[in-house]
Amino acid sequence: MTKDGNSTRFDRRTLLKAGAAIGAAQLASPFVQVARAADVVKIGMDNPMTGTYAALGKNELMGAQLAIDSINAKGGILGRKVELLNEDSTSGDAGVAVQKARKLIDRDQVNFIIGNVNSALAQAIANVANEKSIFHVVPGGHTDSVTGKNCHWNTFRVCNTTQTEANAVASTLVKTAGKKWYYLTPDYSFGHTLQAGLEAAGAKLGVTKVGGALTPLGTTDFSSYLIKAQAANPDVIIFLHAGQDAVNALKQAVQFGLNKRFHLAGAQQELEVLEGLPPEARVGTWVFEWYWKQPKVAGVDTFISEIRKRNSGHVPTARHYFGHTAIWTCALAAEQAKSLDAVKMARAMQGFQLPPELAMMPDGAFYRAGQNQMIGNLYVGHAQSNGKDDPEDLFVVDQVVNGKEVSPTLEETMCKQDWPKA
Amino acid sequence: MTQLILFNVANGLIIGAFYALMAIGLSLIMSLSDVINFAHGGFLAVGAYLAFTLTPYVGFWGGLLLAPVLTAIIGLIVEKFLISRVYGRDPLYSLLLTFGLAFMFEDGTRWIWGAQSLPYEVPSWLMQPLSQQYFFLTGYRLFMIALVAIAVGGLFYVMSKTRLGLRIRAGTLDLETVSVLGVNVRVLRNLNFGIGIYLAGLAGVLAAGQLGLEPTIGASVIMPSFVAIIIGGLGSLTGTLLGGLLIGVASGLTGVFLPPASEAVIYVMMALVLLVRPQGLLGEEGRF
Amino acid sequence: MQAFVKQNALNIVIWALLLTMPFLMNAVGGYTQLGTQVVVLGLAAMALNFLLGHTGVLSFGHAAYFGLGAYGVGLTIRYFEQSTLLGLLAGVVLGAVAAAVIGPLIVRRRGVYFAMVTIAFGQVFYFIAVRWNKVTGGDDGLTNWARHDINLGFTKITLVNEPIHFYYFALFFFAVAVAIMAAILRSPFGRVLLAIRENERRTRFLGINVNFHIWASWLISCTFMALAGALFALQNNFVDPHSLYWTQSGIFVIMCVLGGMRSFWGPLVGAAIYVVLQDYLSSVVSDYWQFFVGLVFVAVVLFFPRGFMGALRRRTAE
Repeated sequence: MTKDGNSTRFDRRTLLKAGAAIGAAQLASPFVQVARAADVVKIGMDNPMTGTYAALGKNELMGAQLAIDSINAKGGILGRKVELLNEDSTSGDAGVAVQKARKLIDRDQVNFIIGNVNSALAQAIANVANEKSIFHVVPGGHTDSVTGKNCHWNTFRVCNTTQTEANAVASTLVKTAGKKWYYLTPDYSFGHTLQAGLEAAGAKLGVTKVGGALTPLGTTDFSSYLIKAQAANPDVIIFLHAGQDAVNALKQAVQFGLNKRFHLAGAQQELEVLEGLPPEARVGTWVFEWYWKQPKVAGVDTFISEIRKRNSGHVPTARHYFGHTAIWTCALAAEQAKSLDAVKMARAMQGFQLPPELAMMPDGAFYRAGQNQMIGNLYVGHAQSNGKDDPEDLFVVDQVVNGKEVSPTLEETMCKQDWPKA
Repeated sequence: MTQLILFNVANGLIIGAFYALMAIGLSLIMSLSDVINFAHGGFLAVGAYLAFTLTPYVGFWGGLLLAPVLTAIIGLIVEKFLISRVYGRDPLYSLLLTFGLAFMFEDGTRWIWGAQSLPYEVPSWLMQPLSQQYFFLTGYRLFMIALVAIAVGGLFYVMSKTRLGLRIRAGTLDLETVSVLGVNVRVLRNLNFGIGIYLAGLAGVLAAGQLGLEPTIGASVIMPSFVAIIIGGLGSLTGTLLGGLLIGVASGLTGVFLPPASEAVIYVMMALVLLVRPQGLLGEEGRF
Repeated sequence: MQAFVKQNALNIVIWALLLTMPFLMNAVGGYTQLGTQVVVLGLAAMALNFLLGHTGVLSFGHAAYFGLGAYGVGLTIRYFEQSTLLGLLAGVVLGAVAAAVIGPLIVRRRGVYFAMVTIAFGQVFYFIAVRWNKVTGGDDGLTNWARHDINLGFTKITLVNEPIHFYYFALFFFAVAVAIMAAILRSPFGRVLLAIRENERRTRFLGINVNFHIWASWLISCTFMALAGALFALQNNFVDPHSLYWTQSGIFVIMCVLGGMRSFWGPLVGAAIYVVLQDYLSSVVSDYWQFFVGLVFVAVVLFFPRGFMGALRRRTAE
């Protein structure tokens, strides 16, 4: 190659030194994790640790770690110790998420891969996992396509599809709030499908859509959207945001006094968001996918006390539950198949019913065959400003819905799994 | 429709005032020290978190008063030990330095205060809309406007009437001469940086009342602030103020007619300004 | 022969490392994609350095052209033609055209002001990518497309599911781009660019149209940036708006500084250091890795402003 004009001449000794330095840098570099003894089962987690979804990602990680510890305490997977490798996928950079997935699969040779909170990243990871035939569990990315149009035989999902959430809450919304809906929707796959789900569910109940606005992910000032929303004069303004977007949107809507003129409600809501809001902004009808206050359900008490130990006294949220269930799904799949072969494990999980102490839901939970989607209970209710017995009891469950009754049929999901030929 | 337009203009002015608060701080630092402070959003977050931490002890008003001052002190320290070391070097280095600091601020605040968004509470009487008709004019937002006006007015006063302001303005025009005349340029730049960061800290406290408090709270303000500076004209505080208000209104109005373009419109405006009047609306020709 | 080796020793070492990278990486426990990442981002950093290090103009918005290259290839394969090479060409053309149009608007600015203007223009493309959902896929990124094998008539290059093949595919374009940039820098035109960097006023007094030369340098730089972006998209079979966000521009700049802006190969070295460091930190301290990346930025600026190659050269000089 040519030499550039302004670089001074190197003598050969420097060069050898440079070469040696680069070589040494590579040797001493990061990759100390030389292949570990084969008797460890590795689970790779590729989830946001930084950015907008960091809080959710960290809670999923905490739940996952709890599961790892209890699995190891019970003798591991197939008698082998389990190890969790955690990578930051970032909150929205799918390029990084994909790179990390490849790193976990190619270099670390993980047996399972878990991720992601962000729907788009979950789909991107699913595509990599499918290409490499790795058993993949999505703990908390909701967009329908993951177990719908773009489903894969090896991708399982713990959290619900957006259509299921919409179906669960739609009739309650009509009853408590009215039939003229205005949508404020985050502009990415999760928001789009959640709105489509609500529109479909609402149409059956005679709901009219009086308008809607798409808000970019990461919007901080919602005032101009709220001005448009109130001008449409709806019965209810539907907020479909998650994470930080939800906090900002609701906080501002309540400051504008819109909760006194309209119903503020939505579909999916999370404890992380309610805790981030000032008390007066904890309003509205929502659906939770899991809630900690379930006194009569098996396994919940232990789960709460274990998480409290790790979470400086705080109760588990749905995110802890997702992470915990995702890891247990891996362990159960291996035990069920008596193998770590992805195809055998995926086969073994078709229609698999979770043990009640892990499902932690009144009607139990199972993975629907042909779709790999977990179906359990959903908790429809309303937010409350301050908890009565516990400061973190910010949600009142009005109705526990059985997921079987509100899930779209297998045909409706449009999932067509393409199993490898054995 | 007319009402929608009017509302968006008024609302845009409020948002614009907030951008201006950030932009003026950035512009001060940029004019005198030739430093683009990418960490400005990080300082905003620090101001917000400090107010949150202080409020239980000193109340909302104490927090409002103390947090920006503490933030400014952190700013003075950062300037003294880090930023001042790259003065006189290629601007590239100051850019990278503050860029690195921005990363450190984001993860540092997450380290200290956690990723979970925190509920910052403001006195409830401020949290009411003045009337149902003009619901977007809450007490808090008007209070914010008043504070921005006081801060900007105070700054104009300092710049035009005090010796410090005179020196800063002179230094902006010709730093060498000012230095030869016996002004301690190091101290001047240090104080100037502190003023800029004070404004960022104040913006942080104000933002925390309206937004969820989490580590990336300041990230989305920095780019519109740059645009405000370019449109208004670098070196002109009035221009920067005007630029901030203009982009606030433009963004709000575009939201009515062509929602997907409501973010991009301010950059298009900036391109037009550069095309027609490269020095910015109130900027002086030939300075940059 | 000895003289040749002596004069080109650095080049020989670099090329030897590049040609054996997939094997080196795997031997030391890395993975092939990491090697590809080094080459692709290395090309991006070298393209940026054409403007930054060799013309002395500071752009902080180059990620936009990287991203345009990426979207160019993604959109072409997704909507128009299932051809890897045609997509690559479309990506490069898209980036180049955008740069050519924006160039005249900004070449009169200097210093921090130039940096700020380039950032702001970059953001326009970012928002187009984020909000033009129907075409770009918005925040979710552009999916449902993938690179294809290339049929050259006499032989077929398999790229699908062949990371090592793709590595050499990327390295080929890297080599071509780097050779062109080196040739330009050695030409009289390249000398003018260096003169602008060293003393713009004097160059202007010589009757040289400085703004035109900066525009040309900007265009060349952005074109190769788009090439790098297109290769990046092909590597991941995926494009998302973050590839053209302004923070990504900052990362390209730090690569140049980390490796050494005044050295031809410096940015490549910087890219290698950054990629490996980021990969390592984000596994070890996955929660706060950005903090340490930021710390490295600060440390480099304060203690190693000449970067790795600069420090190396200084050592030799002593």
